[in-house]
Parts: sequence; structure tokens; C-alpha cells
Amino acid sequence: MREKKLRNLDEATIRFAGDSGDGMQLAGTQFTNTTAILGNDLSTLPDYPAEIRAPQGTTSGVSGFQIHFGSTEINTPGDSCDMLVAMNAAALKVNLHSLIKGGSIIANTDGFNDKNLKLAGYSSNPLKDESLSTYQVFEVDITKLTITSLQELNLSSKLVDRSKNFFALGMMYWLYDRPLEPTLKWLTEKFANKPDIREANIRVLKAGWNYGETTELFKVRYAVAPARLAPGKYRNITGNQATAWGLMAAAQKAKIDLFLGSYPITPASDILHELSIYKNFDVKTFQAEDEIAGITSAIGASFAGALGATTTSGPGFSLKTEALGLAVMVELPLVVVNVQRGGPSTGLPTKTEQADLLQALYGRNGEAPIPVIAAATPSDCFNVVYESARIAIKYMTPVICLTDGYLGNGSEPWLIPDYEKLPDISPHFRTNPEGFFPYERDAVTLARPWAIPGTPGLEHRIGGLEKQNISGNINYEPENHELMVRLRSEKVARIANDIPPAEVEGDQQGDVLVVGWGSTYGAIKTAVQRHRAKGHRVSLLHLRYLNPMQKNIGEIISRFKTILVPELNLGQLIKIIRANYLVPAVGLNKVQGAPFLAEEIESKIDELIKGHRP
Amino acid sequence: MNNLIENISLQSQLGSKLKYTAKDFQSDQEVRWCPGCGDYSILAQAQRIMPDIGIPKHQIVFVSGIGCSSRFPYYLDTYGFHGIHGRATAIASGVKLAQPDLSVWVVTGDGDGMSIGGNHLIHLLRRNIDVNVLLFNNQIYGLTKGQYSPTSEKGKITKSTPYGSLDYPFNPASLALGASATFVARTLDRDPKHLQSILKRAHDHKGTSFVEIYQNCNVFNDGAFLQFTEKETKDDSVIYLEHGKPLVFGKEKDKGIRLNGFSPEVVSLKEGKASINDLLVHNETDTTLSFILADMTYHSHMPRPLGVFLSIERPTYENEMQRQIEFAKEKRGEGNMAKLLNSGETWTIQ
Repeated sequence: MREKKLRNLDEATIRFAGDSGDGMQLAGTQFTNTTAILGNDLSTLPDYPAEIRAPQGTTSGVSGFQIHFGSTEINTPGDSCDMLVAMNAAALKVNLHSLIKGGSIIANTDGFNDKNLKLAGYSSNPLKDESLSTYQVFEVDITKLTITSLQELNLSSKLVDRSKNFFALGMMYWLYDRPLEPTLKWLTEKFANKPDIREANIRVLKAGWNYGETTELFKVRYAVAPARLAPGKYRNITGNQATAWGLMAAAQKAKIDLFLGSYPITPASDILHELSIYKNFDVKTFQAEDEIAGITSAIGASFAGALGATTTSGPGFSLKTEALGLAVMVELPLVVVNVQRGGPSTGLPTKTEQADLLQALYGRNGEAPIPVIAAATPSDCFNVVYESARIAIKYMTPVICLTDGYLGNGSEPWLIPDYEKLPDISPHFRTNPEGFFPYERDAVTLARPWAIPGTPGLEHRIGGLEKQNISGNINYEPENHELMVRLRSEKVARIANDIPPAEVEGDQQGDVLVVGWGSTYGAIKTAVQRHRAKGHRVSLLHLRYLNPMQKNIGEIISRFKTILVPELNLGQLIKIIRANYLVPAVGLNKVQGAPFLAEEIESKIDELIKGHRP
Repeated sequence: MNNLIENISLQSQLGSKLKYTAKDFQSDQEVRWCPGCGDYSILAQAQRIMPDIGIPKHQIVFVSGIGCSSRFPYYLDTYGFHGIHGRATAIASGVKLAQPDLSVWVVTGDGDGMSIGGNHLIHLLRRNIDVNVLLFNNQIYGLTKGQYSPTSEKGKITKSTPYGSLDYPFNPASLALGASATFVARTLDRDPKHLQSILKRAHDHKGTSFVEIYQNCNVFNDGAFLQFTEKETKDDSVIYLEHGKPLVFGKEKDKGIRLNGFSPEVVSLKEGKASINDLLVHNETDTTLSFILADMTYHSHMPRPLGVFLSIERPTYENEMQRQIEFAKEKRGEGNMAKLLNSGETWTIQ
């Protein structure tokens, strides 16, 4: 056997693609975890169809998982991939556009039989004609090799077929010089009670690795050194897991129970799944009969002294609208997480979008101000949901926390925070009946007291009807209504006094300021860095606080010639920037159910810079 | 929970020594139902039984939705939550699960509870969360000024149905039984003693108690239940269900209900064809029987059953939830956030 060359790379992007039943998400997740443990920085993009088992072999059933990892800082899942694993013809057809010219394809030849080619809409076999001549194609009969490696075990053909993702994974581990141990450990634990499956997957994983080692096909393998991240202890985390943990951390800090009322919805359900594990943290998860019961049960739990939370995505968020108004009126703490997806209506359930911002800010009857905060990266979901809970409890208000499908399902290495150093959250439960009024407010925050049932002497009634100031009794007087509308608005506005000022990444003044919010952070940052590397005067302002906004935003914006607002919608934040700061901001908008490519933002900035030159 | 909550529960033990009267449960709010509304009687009976149930008033929560009946919590000096239309049952579920020691009551109507809130109602019932649901049934929409409701009789002429309503009405007791309720009863506003006894039974039952209360809307549907409340007609039109007793009714106790196969039939005890020994004996713990009795409701030749249709034991949701929490603590230990954050696969960068 000839010695194989080991080539060092700064970064690499690979994509697993196959049928939705082929286990590509699992292979991708395992590759991600192993890569994280190796110390690479990384970013992932799971991309799967809305159907659990879409018609087999068709392009609509293709499930993909892209991971971008490196020894340098990684901000996005990669604009394109270097290596594509295509388990069948449809997977190749759907994903070829994301492969760089000259990139590599590992094709499972068994997935390119006549039936597969026809289902994928190929008139001739791309592995046999010249259509892939600009790529490096490795033909591997993964199906057959899997069967061979399991021959002795006498397993059902279904189980054998389901193991082939581990062959692909083993091969990729060999190609990118990753150890098998983390996945072996995972298999051993996961299938402790299913020795058949455990043994089959372990054998196939090792067979894939060994195939890489022995075949003449691969002449080069790649090494990607650990990233030079900030020192400390890291773990890999998805956005949805970070959201769940952020809610738990906040309730623990506040020393109150966490109550989650939630109805399953893609792509938010994993938050419910995650929280339902941790009952030993006094987490009460309630899978409600619908979205409305999800939020109203959470409001009821908050009334009774728990941290009420509800998690959902677009259509479910719409259903919660009326109850959000109730939460505004009764002034109870509530955290509402909207993992945005492509809309309107059922839209694109498994794809990402940022088109619920205006709904979060304004989508209620009456004057119903609610603080809105958005996460920038998967691990940032932890910080943002924790901050949402802090504000909700301190200001006695519902808070909307926006993430999206890309953040929820995506993952990245996370510098584990020191729990002890997280900001203080202290609910001040009223206990003294002396001079108690349900709507008397704290002089600084304007929060009303949290007076929970079970407290002697504080019996009182709240509800959705307009309240008399201080007493909380029903009141329809015109002047009182205006006073209450203004008080509720002022209470939310005052949160601006309690949040850190916004910080510009890059020069404090210059030609172009890119203003972003939410999950576009990584792509914008990469684009801005590329321009700065060329010496352009481009900076980034990424907003987490969307209502109220930080006090220095207007001042920052005034220091730049051009404001660019990229969004995965038709222009929502830009309306607010224009209205609040009276600047002719420029938009860059995309609604394809996919994140921005850094390149797309980069070229828009290019255009704007050229506009500045005489 | 934290020390603060322990402190509160300590105080509540002190509070429970207080002796209340009905007046202690009257809030300082002016009651604003129409004069003559059946809600007044229900409020009075609720205020009357509250001192007897032995719960300090700071441990009692009344939750309501939207509609005339849903103003109820404002008039009781307990904790109260006037929610949004149809969602009282869901809000109450959250209250009870957050603090299982509270006595939680839902006040709703035929529109609030069975139309816009029908979904939440059936799910509360099947979960068996220990909440007492008082459904005021006046067979009309009162607060929106007189449209037909999900319990209005078919053909009802109202503002929204000038040619008569087309919908067949719900029978609330049958609906509740169909949703696997563990306690189902019916009473009416104009029989204070019966109403009080049923409210107490509802309180005593562990699990969701569903109480349908016939309530006269004297403005938009006056006299809907006249037949069951007026001296001249009620004895022959109503049958009171009593556990362990044969089903006898009539002014002279001369009629009864006998089972013919699975079908109930009215028999006379006077003509010598049937004796009291032939009659159906009520058994509140018999689920099958409860369906048969509830089904008598809209049969014109049958007396209207009032009383407890069913009262059975089934574990409550909140107890089961608490049990799982204890189990998780035993198995995994008390939750420790710092430990969790650092658990699983981690790596250190120097």
C-alpha cells in the first residue's frame, strides 16, 4: 500500500446528502461533535425536507447537512462546500450547485441505478457522462460495502441498509483525519440495549474508515488543526439546546420553577424535548392541546409564581397573538420564543427566514408594547433567552425572543459560561399586605408587584379589561386609559436604561455600516471582515435588542455615510431604522428559506463602496 | 421553591385558622349583572359555601374567560384572573400545575366553555387536573346581546338566526363524559340548596370537576329552564340523581326510571305494572350508567336529570407531574446548572 499524503487545510466545508431516510442528519451531527472535540471552530447548516419520508429517491426527499470547520474563526456554514457525499442521484442533483468548482464528490454508485437516475430526472448517468468533468469524483459502492461488512451478523436487510450512513461517516473521518472514538462512545451508550444495532453501526463505521485507508481511490487526506479560540472550556451546542438551557439557567438563578407550555411545531419542538428531560431542575413541561393553551397556561403559571415560557414558530406565534395582549395587560413575566421559519402560513416549515420581526414588534390589537430580543448565533440563544427572562421578571412583562430555524438546528462551539457570573435575576414577590395595590409601580422600572396566589392578604383580581391606575380595578375612563397606555409604553421604553450600549465591530466611523439582526450575523461578519482586509472602511452593527433599541444606535448610525441592512425578509428592520433615525438606509433582501452567503453581502457592500468613489 | 414560598405557606397555615363568613368572600366591586340574572344566585351560593370548604381564601383562585359569567372572579374576594375568551381552562391549568396546593375554580359559560373554548375544556377533562369547572349554561350569548349558543335548541330564533338556528346543541354532561371526565354534575341557579351541595361535592372531588349550572338569562333567553324550576312543573320534569337510590320522580313520587336493555324508560309506580324494585338504582361510580343518564337530557318524554352523573377516582395530572419530578430527582439528583453546563463532551483550549 502506498503511503497517503496528508494535506493541511485552514478550513474545510463538507456536505452529507442523501435520501431523508438515509441518516444524513445523524452522520452530520456525529461529524460535528467529533470535530468540535478536536478543537476546530465550526458552523453547521442542517437542511432537510418537511416530510419525514418524502418519496424515496426523489429530489424533494433530499436531506443535507453542511459543516464548515477550521483552524481559523468560522462564522458561517460556508457559502459552498469542498466535498459532497451524495448517497444517491437526487442528492447529487440537488446539491451540486453548492460544490465549488474542482470540488470532490463521493458518490454511492448503488444510488445511481436506472431507477434512481429516473427519479432524480437524469437522462444519463452523470457518473458516466462528462457532466462532472470539472469535479473530482470518487465512486464508491457504499451500499455493497456495507452489506459485505455485515455479512456475518445475519441482520435484516432493513437494518443493514440503515447502517450505510456510518460507512460514509467512517470514510469522512478517515479523509479528514478525525478519530472514531467519540462516535464509538456515542453508539455504545445510545444502543446499550440494542446490541444488534450497536454492533452493526460500529462495524460499518470502522469499515468506512478502513476503506479509506486501503483503497487506491483516495491519494490525499486532510488535516485541519485546532482553532485558536479564546482559552477556556468549550462544548458544542445547537441553538435550540442553548435556548432550553438559557430558560433553565434563568429559572434556577431566580430560584423559581420553570413552566413551559408548548405545542409541537417545527423547528421549535427540540426546545420542548430538551426541557422535558430536566424535571430534576423543577422544570414543568406541559405539552398543551394547541398553541393558545401553550401560552395561556404559561401565563397562568406566571400568575402563580413560576417563570412561564412558551416556545413556537411562525404559525404558532400567530395563534398566540391575543394571549400576548393579555400578558401585556396583566403585566406578568413571560418568555415567548419564536424559532422563525419561512412563511406566511405553513410556508417552509424546515427552512429559515427572518420575516416575523414586524409581527413580534407590532402584531397585536391595541397599543401593546413588548420587548423583543434576537439571537445572533446558535450559542447566543442562551444569552438572549436568559436576558429575556431577566427583563421579563424585572419589568413584569412578556418578552419575545426571536431565533430561527438556522440558529435552532445549527450548532457551534460554545465557551461555557460561568453560571455563578450570570447576571442576577431576583423576583421580588410581594408579601406585605400593608398598602398593597396590584398596579402600583416601582418608581424606576414602572414594574407592578408580583403578588402570587397563596400569599395571605394580597387577594386581588387581574384580567384583560383596562385597569384603573394603581388600584387595578376595571376602569373605562378616557383619561385613565390614556395614562395606562402611556405607562405600559414607558415601562418598556425604560428597559433601554438597563441594557449595555451597542458596540460597533470595526472602525467607529466610515463609509458603510452594515446593520444586522438575528442569524445573519455570521455571514455579515465574514463579508465585513473581507472588506476590511482589503482596507475598506466598512463596519458592523449587530442588534440584539430590537425593542427597545439601545440608546446609542442613532448616534452610531450618524457616523457612517451609508447604512446597509441585510435581512432574510423584504425589509423589516430597515423600516424601523429609517423611521427611528431618518436615514436613507439601503436594504439587501433574500427570501429563499436559506441563510445569506457571505459572498452575497460582500458584493452588495462592493456596490455601495463603488458608489462612494467619484 | 425558595424560602419565600415556604414562608408564605407557613403564613397560610395561620390563615386557615380564620373562621370566615360568606361576607368575607364579597369583594369591594359593584356587581354589574342585569337585575334578575341567575348569576346572582350562583355567586351567592359560591360565597356561602366558601367558608365551609376549609381553604383559606388566599389559597383560592377563580379563573374565567369572557362573557357575562366570566365577570364572576371580580366579585369574590379571593385571587382572580379574568382571562381571554375560551382560555380560562388553559390559564387555570397553568395556575394549578405551578402551585398544586391552590384551590382552583373556573367560571365559564356555554359560549366561552363549549364554543371558543371547547378544545381546552375537553383536554382539561381528560388530563384530570384538579380544577373545578362551573359552566353557566343559559343557552344564549348574553354579553354580545342575544345570538344563539352551542347549547341553544335547534331552530332557535335569534338576531343571528332569524330563520332559526341549524346547529344541533351540545349536551354538556355527555360532552364531559365523552372527554373522560371524572366528575360530572348538573344543577340550577334557582335551587340554592342543591347548587350549594354540588359546589361542595365539586370541591371535594380530586381531579377535574365539571358542573353544568342551568342559569336563567332574563334578558335574552328568559324562562329557558322554567319547566325545571317552577312549582307546577318541576316535580314531573326533573329527576334528582342520588347515589345508591332508585330513580324516582313526580309530585307524588309515583314515577321512576327503568332500564329496558340499555334504554331508560319512564314507568308508573301506581298502576301495579312496576314497583320501586324494578327501578334503576343510581351508581355514581358506574361510567356506563353515567352515559345513559346524561343521554336522557334532550328526550322530551324524559325528566331532566340533575345531580351527580359520575364521580370516580383517577390520578390527577398534577400529582403525576410531581411524581415524575421526584423520580427525576432521585435518578439524576437535584438539578445543578453549573454541572449541567460542563457535562458531556467538552474540551479545553489553553
